[in-house]
Amino acid sequence: MNDTIDVLVNGERRSVARGATLLDLLRTLELDPRVVVVEHNRAIVRRPKLGDVAVGPGDAIELVHFVGGG
Amino acid sequence: MTAAVETMRDTPFTIGGRTFHSRLMVGTGKYHDNETMVRAIEASGAEIVTVAVRRVDLDRTKAAGILYHLDPKKYFLLANTAGCQTAEDAVRYARLAREAGFNEFIKLEVIGDQETLLPDVQGLLAAAQTLGREGFQVLAYTNEDLVTALRLEDAGCAAVMPLASPIGSGLGLLNPYGVRTIKHRLTVPVVVDAGVGTASDACVTMEQGVDGILMNTAIAAARDPVAMAHGMRLAVEAGRVAYLAGRMPRREVAVPSSPLEGMLD
Repeated sequence: MNDTIDVLVNGERRSVARGATLLDLLRTLELDPRVVVVEHNRAIVRRPKLGDVAVGPGDAIELVHFVGGG
Repeated sequence: MTAAVETMRDTPFTIGGRTFHSRLMVGTGKYHDNETMVRAIEASGAEIVTVAVRRVDLDRTKAAGILYHLDPKKYFLLANTAGCQTAEDAVRYARLAREAGFNEFIKLEVIGDQETLLPDVQGLLAAAQTLGREGFQVLAYTNEDLVTALRLEDAGCAAVMPLASPIGSGLGLLNPYGVRTIKHRLTVPVVVDAGVGTASDACVTMEQGVDGILMNTAIAAARDPVAMAHGMRLAVEAGRVAYLAGRMPRREVAVPSSPLEGMLD
């Protein structure tokens, strides 16, 4: 059995370890959970829960933050 | 403010239960570099600073998020839903923005036309109603239509933000009557958003009696953004004070300022 799964992060296909949580994903991408908001299959996952939610094959994950705007 | 200004008794500028000193709000987009942006915001005296919600760049080829440059303890960050074209998208962006964890305020934009960036007022009203039910303080970017503004107020918006002219156009206040009428009829604060091009535009806009102005491009795209930010600060204060002072009546004929008596034969 393959030990990685494919997920869609910000519209890009990425491989992550099977069983990885959203927090693991942020760590792999070297993103600070304090400045990123995570949407998992269209549902916002609050920061304290990021380590509890495992990602599954084909999941759509959006990682957003604040940028300059008017 | 100067000593003369302090003698004017102004009402507090309160939106959604929060009181601010500056009636100028500024955006953070389109700056050449972050250092200029930070200095310009400082020079503007603004407390409310707008930001947008976007995807993180996974490859780090673009600059880091705005929070590396702006201290959220020093500025009140007002997230926007810029770029959203449907009520559903705007609600989604607003929820993400709130989750970023600073406040429950959202500058709501639902764009109906890509060329003019004019608002889709049906989508705007629908999104304002949904977000209001979810406890957001909605500041709604709209056009200068009174009926839409009244409906946004009925929907529970914390402030209504009619445009001076299209976003990024710098055309100044095209419909002073429309903006003035909205201000006269609404109870919630009216903050003009978008279209101001230079200091005189800001001054004339504040002279209509509106509660504040939000601008971005007028400062960011000036040759010297920091100097323009200072100019805008003065213009907003000048326009506000002039409004409170009450202008002289317009006359079609001259009236001499110097006495007619005592002239030499």
